Amino acid sequence: MRVVTDNLGFLLGGLLVTLELTVLGFVGALLLGTVLAVFRVSPIAPLRWVGAVYVEVLRNMPLLTLLILVVFGLPDVGLTFSLFTSAAACMAAFAAAFVCEAVRGGINTVPVGQAEAARSLGFTFTQSLRYVILPPAFRTMVQPLVNIFIGVVLGSSLASAVGVSELTNRTQVLNLQSAEAVGLFLVSGAIYLVIALLGGAAGGALERRVSGGRLR
Amino acid sequence: MTAAATRVLFDEPGPRGRARIRIFTVIGLLLVAVIVALALYQFYRNGQLGRSRWLAFAEPAYLRFLADGIRGTIIATALAAVLSFPLGVVLALGRLSRNGLLRRVSTWYIELFRSIPLLLLIYAFLLALPRYGINLPILWKLVVPIVMVNVAVLAEIFRAGILAVDHGQSEAAAALGLREGTAMRSVILPQAIRLVIPTLVTQLVALLKDSTLGYVVSYPELMKQAQNLTVYTHLLVQTYLIVAAIYVLVNLLLSRFAVWLERRLGSRTSSRATAEPEGVPQTMA
Repeated sequence: MRVVTDNLGFLLGGLLVTLELTVLGFVGALLLGTVLAVFRVSPIAPLRWVGAVYVEVLRNMPLLTLLILVVFGLPDVGLTFSLFTSAAACMAAFAAAFVCEAVRGGINTVPVGQAEAARSLGFTFTQSLRYVILPPAFRTMVQPLVNIFIGVVLGSSLASAVGVSELTNRTQVLNLQSAEAVGLFLVSGAIYLVIALLGGAAGGALERRVSGGRLR
Repeated sequence: MTAAATRVLFDEPGPRGRARIRIFTVIGLLLVAVIVALALYQFYRNGQLGRSRWLAFAEPAYLRFLADGIRGTIIATALAAVLSFPLGVVLALGRLSRNGLLRRVSTWYIELFRSIPLLLLIYAFLLALPRYGINLPILWKLVVPIVMVNVAVLAEIFRAGILAVDHGQSEAAAALGLREGTAMRSVILPQAIRLVIPTLVTQLVALLKDSTLGYVVSYPELMKQAQNLTVYTHLLVQTYLIVAAIYVLVNLLLSRFAVWLERRLGSRTSSRATAEPEGVPQTMA
């Protein structure tokens, strides 16, 4: 365990990078994914196609392939960004496909009658969305979105394979330097476990708050 | 969203609305065309559109290289699937067991292995365990971690399926005098498995995506072969774009197969065992 205590600063630095990757990736995915969901339900056909193609391609591509294409391939096409930026953008783009489907799924669970009733009461498009459709949709979306968050946390570890110095990468580096392997991996595993459990707990709390007593 | 539901969010567009939609459709098409053209132009400007760079992939040597990679991917994925599906059932039964200790251990395993990254586990098998004498052959350094993680995910899938089987079935089995083990084996499990087959196919897609981590352990599956190819040829963009296209194609086909399966099997069983709304996978590898 000495290797852990000696290098705690190094490891925690890696944790910070992981958290940065995760937060940037997840928030970016939320924004982009919601936009994509709006595309997919819009009456304008090209937007629907763009949304559908994006989701189908990104959901079926392995994250590692996407990371390599973005981090190593984009410079070959003339677009150079910093390693961290590419990795974060990649995580966001990847998760956005799943967020889009989660949002669409949430909207689809709202009975059509609700929207019809809103319409017949004279609500405009934006008003129906804001007051009638999105609140119950959001309630259904929380669990899948939490799963996506945990997916982003675990997916961020793949960034180590393209060189980002986050937690998994630093664990591996330390492991190569020292003789004390198991403790290192146990600690890193425990850190990821804690992040995932915290995410799950936060999601549960959010779900309870949004459900306002209607939790089944 | 279905067309009917979309029509409900806003009234059926009148003539002005239709005209506006038409205008935006044209603008949208133009935007898409411009973006695609810009991307192609960027490729062209950096010399990535050269015929020789792309036609190189028609050569048999290149194709054979990639085909070896595909074979490696299939072997790793199939091995992982064959091992993890039955073990997933066992773990799910453990989680549902009456024995408190078994239930707790199973639950801990599931919660733990759903919360750690696969890559970390692979690094542990690759770099840490050999020092303690556990040095597996390369294929197993990839497959064993994948199985360990996916067993946890699959256990949850099977558990959802078992819980979704109508309770009347187990009551009827008990009324017929079947012991709990026999009831589970002969009555509940077959129905549960049939309920979750489409989700299992989706999990197969996840397994296939996990196999790309062979890149890290130098197991010659598709990603590793692509990397080797790139080292020789420096055709990085082309190689990985083609590899990405292969993965997307295969996974798309598998996903469509899952949807078709769900439609065909959906009518024969009591309730649906989807633990989440459509389209959201258990893992996001």
